[in-house]
Amino acid sequence: MTIHRREHWLIPSRSAWLLALLLLLALPPAVEAQSAPAASSSTAPMAMPAMPGMDHGEMPGMDHPAAPIAPTAPDMPAMEPPPTPGMPMAPMQGGRPPADARSGDYSDGIAASPMHAHGRTSSGLLRIDQLEAFHGDEGNGQRWEIRGWYGNDSDKLWLRSEGVRSGGKLEDGELELLWNHATSSYWSRQLGVRHDIGKGPARSWIAVGVQGLAPYWFELEASGYAGAGGRTAARLRVDYELLLTQRLVLQPELEVNLYGRRDPQRRLGEGVSDIQFGLRLRYEIRREFAPYLGVNWTRRVGATADYARHDQRAVREWQWLAGVRFWF
Amino acid sequence: MKPLSSRPDLSRRRFVQGVALGSVAAGAGLLRPTGAWALNSPGQPVVLSGTDFTLDIVERSVNFTGAARPAITVNGGVPGPLLRMREGSTVSLRVSNRLRVPTSIHWHGIVLPFRMDGVPGLSFDGIAPGESFLYRFQLRQSGTYWYHSHSGFQEQNALYGPLVIEPAGPERHPTDRDYVVMLNDWTDEDPARIYARLRKQSDYYNFAQPTAADFFRDVREKGLSRALSMRRMWNEMRMNPTDLGDVSSYTYTYLMNGAAPAQNWTGLFRPGEKLRLRFINGSASTFFDVRIPGLKMTVIAADGQDVEPVPVDEFRIAVAETYDVIVEPQEERAYTVFAQSIDRGGYARGTLAPRVGMTAEVPPLDQRVWLDMRDMMGAMPHAGNGGGHAARPGMGHGGMGHGSMDHAGMDHGSMAAAPAVHHARSEYGPGVDMRVDTPRSNLDDPGIGLRDNGRRVLTYADLHTVGGPLDAREPGREIELHLTGNMERFMWSFDGIRYPDATPIHFNTGERLRIVLVNDTMMNHPIHLHGMWSELENPDGRFQVRKHTVNVQPAQRISYAVTADAPGRWAWHCHLLYHMEAGMMREVVVS
Repeated sequence: MTIHRREHWLIPSRSAWLLALLLLLALPPAVEAQSAPAASSSTAPMAMPAMPGMDHGEMPGMDHPAAPIAPTAPDMPAMEPPPTPGMPMAPMQGGRPPADARSGDYSDGIAASPMHAHGRTSSGLLRIDQLEAFHGDEGNGQRWEIRGWYGNDSDKLWLRSEGVRSGGKLEDGELELLWNHATSSYWSRQLGVRHDIGKGPARSWIAVGVQGLAPYWFELEASGYAGAGGRTAARLRVDYELLLTQRLVLQPELEVNLYGRRDPQRRLGEGVSDIQFGLRLRYEIRREFAPYLGVNWTRRVGATADYARHDQRAVREWQWLAGVRFWF
Repeated sequence: MKPLSSRPDLSRRRFVQGVALGSVAAGAGLLRPTGAWALNSPGQPVVLSGTDFTLDIVERSVNFTGAARPAITVNGGVPGPLLRMREGSTVSLRVSNRLRVPTSIHWHGIVLPFRMDGVPGLSFDGIAPGESFLYRFQLRQSGTYWYHSHSGFQEQNALYGPLVIEPAGPERHPTDRDYVVMLNDWTDEDPARIYARLRKQSDYYNFAQPTAADFFRDVREKGLSRALSMRRMWNEMRMNPTDLGDVSSYTYTYLMNGAAPAQNWTGLFRPGEKLRLRFINGSASTFFDVRIPGLKMTVIAADGQDVEPVPVDEFRIAVAETYDVIVEPQEERAYTVFAQSIDRGGYARGTLAPRVGMTAEVPPLDQRVWLDMRDMMGAMPHAGNGGGHAARPGMGHGGMGHGSMDHAGMDHGSMAAAPAVHHARSEYGPGVDMRVDTPRSNLDDPGIGLRDNGRRVLTYADLHTVGGPLDAREPGREIELHLTGNMERFMWSFDGIRYPDATPIHFNTGERLRIVLVNDTMMNHPIHLHGMWSELENPDGRFQVRKHTVNVQPAQRISYAVTADAPGRWAWHCHLLYHMEAGMMREVVVS
C-alpha cells in the first residue's frame, strides 16, 4: 500500500460523514443537549427540580474533540428545553459541575492508610444475544450476535460480533474490538477496529461510536467507520426490552447500515444499504439462559437493492427464527 | 474455601421457606432471675459469657434449602455464639482463623481502640490462615450489638453473631425473658458470584419489575393517562420504581436466629411475662419490616442505646441496626414474629409461644409499593404548597407509585424548608445517575412500603436517646457527603468517588463536627461510622438519637454530630455489603 493510499483512507468521504452525522442527529440522545452549568452549586430552597424528560444532562460523543462522528459544535442551544421563567433549574441527571461546586476532599492532605487497597477491579461479560436458525424466503441459515466486555467501571475492552450463514456458507460476518470509555451516567464512547469477512473481499475499518441507554430504556449503538480506499460506513442499532412478564421478554431491534461509497465486490451500494427489524420473544429460564422465537425483516435499499435484483436475490425478506440467548 | 456453585433447582416454595430440619427450633428463653444464659437447645444461640472468649473461624456445611452448602462460621454456629459481656469489664477475644483465606471480626457498634476494630487495611492486616488475633478492649457501653467479618463477602457467608453487653448497673427495663432475634439473609450462591452478576445486570435479582401486564392493568383500573404518567418519569430517567433491593428472595432464604421460616424459631413465654426481644439485622443486603401481629412492641433501645419507650406495631430495621423491644403477651396462644423483606419478596419468621410446637398464622406479605416522588425528588414542591406551581404534566400528581402518592403523609413544614444542598464536583460523572436538589429532611417518614399502612410504624422521629447527647457542644464545622450511585452500572460511591480512588476524611482529635449526608439515589443506605457514635439530629439541628448505623432514605438529607474522640483510622461505609464492595466507603482519620 502506498503512502498516498494510507493518507487517503484516513480521510473519510464527505458524503459518509454527512450520513453518519444525520444518523446521529436523529438519535434520541442527541436531543439531550448539553446543559449549561448550574448557576450555583447550592440550590435555593423550593427550587424546582428539572423534569428528567428534558434530560439536558448528556450528549454522548458530542462534547469530545476526538469524536469525529460529530464534528458539529458541542452545544445545540436550539434543543435546550425552554427554561421555566424565574425558576432556577438544575438537572437531576448529567450536566456539568457549577464553578463553585463543593470539593469532595476532606483529607487535609492526610494520606490514606498504607494498607489501603487501591486500584480497580475488573470484571467481564460474554453475552450471545442471538444464536439462531432462520427460515426465510431465500432459504435457511444461521445468525449470531455477540456482545462482550472486560474491564472496570470507566474503561472496558468491548467485543461485538455478528454474522449470517446461509446455504452452508458464511454470507457476512464481522468482528469489532473497541475501547469503551464511560463518559456519562448512561453513555460511553468507543474507539476501535472492525473487520468484515464473508462473501467478497475482507474489509477492515477504524471504528468510532457511542453506546448507551436513552430515556425510555432504549439501548442504542451508533458507530461510524473509516476503511481503506476512502471507504466509510455508519450503523445505528436500537433495541428495547419489553417485559411481558418477569421472564417473558419481547425484544424489538432495529438496525440501519450506511456506506459512503459502493463496494461492488461485497454487493453494497452507496447510502443506506439495508434496514433490518427483528422481533424476538424470549423466555428467561434463568437470566443467563433464554430460548426465543422471532421474526426478522430485512429491506435492502437503493443501490444495494439494485445489486440484489441483479443477483436475483430478494430485496425484502421475512425470516422466521428460533434461537437461544445466553451469557456468562 | 471451596467455590460455591449456583443453587440447584428447587421448588420455589421449598426454597423460600427453607427446610424444616427435624424438630422445631425452640428455646426456653433466658430467664433473668436465674441468670442462666447458656441454653443449647436448637435455634437458640450458644451463649458465651465472661471476659475471655475463644472464637474459631471455621467452614461448616449448612443446609437451609435442601442442599448442603459451606458457610463460614464462628465456632460452627449460624449465627455465631451469643457473646455476653458486662459493661466496664475488659474483654479478651482470641480469634483463630481455621480457613484457607484471611479473615477478620469487627465488633459492630463497640467503641474501642482502632487497632481492635477488625477492619483489614485500616485496623490491622486481617487474620491470616492458621493465625490468631487477640482482641482486647474495655467495654464502655451496654446494649445489643453484633459482630461480623469485615473481609470480602464472608459476612454474606454467615460469619456473624450477636453481642450483648449487660449494663454495669441495673437494667432500665427489667424483663422476665430475654431473646436475641437475629435476622439474616442466607444464599446458597457464592456471594462473589452475586456481586459479579449485579455488575453485569444490576436488576438480575429483581423479579418484580414493571411489566406490560401491569401497564394494561393500570390502564384498565386507572385510565390510560394515569397509567402513562405514573411511568413517565421513571422511564425518562431510566430509573426503576421497583428497585428496593439489589438482591432478592430469588437467591435469599431469610433466617431468624439461624432458622429458615419452615424451621420456625420459637421463643417460649408464660402469659403475663415481660419479654425483651433484641432484634439485630445481620443481613448483607436486606432491610426487614418487623411486626408481631397481636402484640404491641415497645421500643426501648436503638443500636444498643436506651431510648424513651415508644409503643409501635411495626418497625423497619435497616441492615446492621439493632432494636430492643418489650412485648407482654397476655394470652395462652402463639404469636408470629414476622419480618418481611423491604421488597416484599420473602420473610423471616419465628414464633413466641407458651409451648414448643404451637404456631400462629403467618400474615401474607404486604403488597409491593413502587417508589414515589418523595423517593426520587425528596421535598418536591407541588401544587398548593406555596410554590406557585401547578402540578406539572408527567408528575401526575398522585400518579406515581400505584396510587400511594399521599400528600397528607408528607411533612409540609419540612418540605417548605428544604435545606440547601451542595453537590460535589465529582458527582457529575458516569458513576452518578441522579442528584437531588431538594432533599427531604423530615425524620417522620417510615419509608417506602410502610407509609399509611394502618399500623403504627416506628420512625427516627420517635427515637429519643435517654440522657441526651454525649457531648453538648455545638458542632464546630460541617462535612457534607453525598450518597451516590449508578444503578445501571452498579457503581456505588460517596460524592461520586469510589473508595479506592478516594482520599481519607480527616477529623481533628477532640472536635465536635456535623456530618451532613444527602442521599442522591433512590435506595436506602445504612451508613455506619466505626469507632464513634453518630448522634442523629432532627431537621432543626437538635439532638435526636444516638446510633452506630444511620439509614438515609432515598432523596433524604440527614445530619448527625460526631465527637472525634477516637484517634486512628476508621471505616465509614454503606452497610449494604455489595455497595461497600462497589466503593461506597471512606476511611476516616482522627488525628
